[in-house]
Amino acid sequence: MSQRLLVGTRKGLFVLHADGNGDWHMAEPHFLGDPVSMVLPDPRDGTLYAALNLGHFGVKLHRQRGGSAEWEECAVPVYPPQPADMAVTDGAATAGSPTIPWSLQQIWSLEPGGPDQPGVLWAGTIPGGLFRSDDGGDTWVLNRALWDREERLEWAGGGYDAPGIHSVLVDPRDSQHVTVGVSSGGVWQSADGGATWRLTAEGMEADYMPPERRGDGNAQDPHRVMQCQANPDVVWTQHHCGIFRSTDGAARWHRIHAQPSSFGFAVAVHPHEPDTAWFVPAVKDQYRVPVDGKLVVTRTRDGGRSFEQFSNGLPPAPAYDLVYRHGLAIDESGTRLAMGSTTGGLWSSDDSGENWRLISAHLPPVYCVRFA
Amino acid sequence: MAHIFFAASIQRHVATPERETDARTLGEAFAAIFAEQPRLRGYIVDDQGALRKHLTVFVDGRPVLDRQHLSDTLSADSRVHVIQALSGG
Repeated sequence: MSQRLLVGTRKGLFVLHADGNGDWHMAEPHFLGDPVSMVLPDPRDGTLYAALNLGHFGVKLHRQRGGSAEWEECAVPVYPPQPADMAVTDGAATAGSPTIPWSLQQIWSLEPGGPDQPGVLWAGTIPGGLFRSDDGGDTWVLNRALWDREERLEWAGGGYDAPGIHSVLVDPRDSQHVTVGVSSGGVWQSADGGATWRLTAEGMEADYMPPERRGDGNAQDPHRVMQCQANPDVVWTQHHCGIFRSTDGAARWHRIHAQPSSFGFAVAVHPHEPDTAWFVPAVKDQYRVPVDGKLVVTRTRDGGRSFEQFSNGLPPAPAYDLVYRHGLAIDESGTRLAMGSTTGGLWSSDDSGENWRLISAHLPPVYCVRFA
Repeated sequence: MAHIFFAASIQRHVATPERETDARTLGEAFAAIFAEQPRLRGYIVDDQGALRKHLTVFVDGRPVLDRQHLSDTLSADSRVHVIQALSGG
């Protein structure tokens, strides 16, 4: 099981280590006081990346080389000059508008390329650009093939005012096969390393859209997209309108109904068992709190036909912890999970989510949790 | 020569001393400073070169008007202060 846990919060990066008893020990925080929107431990070379979202001074990216204790600031993705005919007009810089500012607002996802692509990083950002670095964050290039799609102009905000890419999946069988999830703009895939893209959200349903647009793939709001590492054709999504699953590489999605709710933000997929996934349900969408104020984790082991609910070790009602898109993590063994909430709760489980142990109830709001 | 100061909150991230400039506009002054300190650029302006939303620049006690193109003029004895706007919590 993973012995190191990274927790990005509104007020810094917390790094925890597990001892032999499964107890987690927290070291001094990094970037104390600064919002850490995403963290990436690069499994290829041990480099740790931390994306900051400084309130006054913009988005920054820092890295810590494997074996080093020092952080260094590296480059952030920068959007190219905005054409005059797409210039921002006052008051129009929000969802779905072609006048959205071409300026980095947040690094929302950060993933390594494949093992055969040393130095390659993907960054999914708000307001909707996908960036690639070939040199471990020294330089970044906007993926124009996706950014210049006409459909991109219809992407809407979901979670934030402007659209964003929160999920980047690199196929473990083929590093050229990349899948991204957009809130709100569906699921897009490239088979050629990002040179061309196709929308793959067939079967998803956006209940909030006018009836004639509910099946429009580009209107979907997948909150988080994950694939099974051992069987990447199985892809799970916690969507704004429920849970969806595909068993054919996202060619076709199927809706799944869970109790106590199918709404939520996070999903964790077992790395070896494609039928096993975890969710943290909440009351949809104008409330966004646990059902009946009771925090639970749900698990299916049969591809979504049935769900179990677990709350042992989680706080009793009333508990209004909400777990965001990147707030639920699973390690490579598939038995150790960790979860962080918007109210600063952090828990771990060593038995596939059946029992949870409180690590801290008083962290800053948690944005992302990752094992390293 | 105009004199330009950067707030202490910026120094925490990128140390940048107060300095004199013979630039005629704020944009020219920033361009010269960013040429010396490229890392400072992203802290002060956004991807399109506009002043960051939560920053303010005062020239001789008045906030600049052109936050997008930074065309506000500087005089030979201008005092320029780059500070953070109060926001967030």
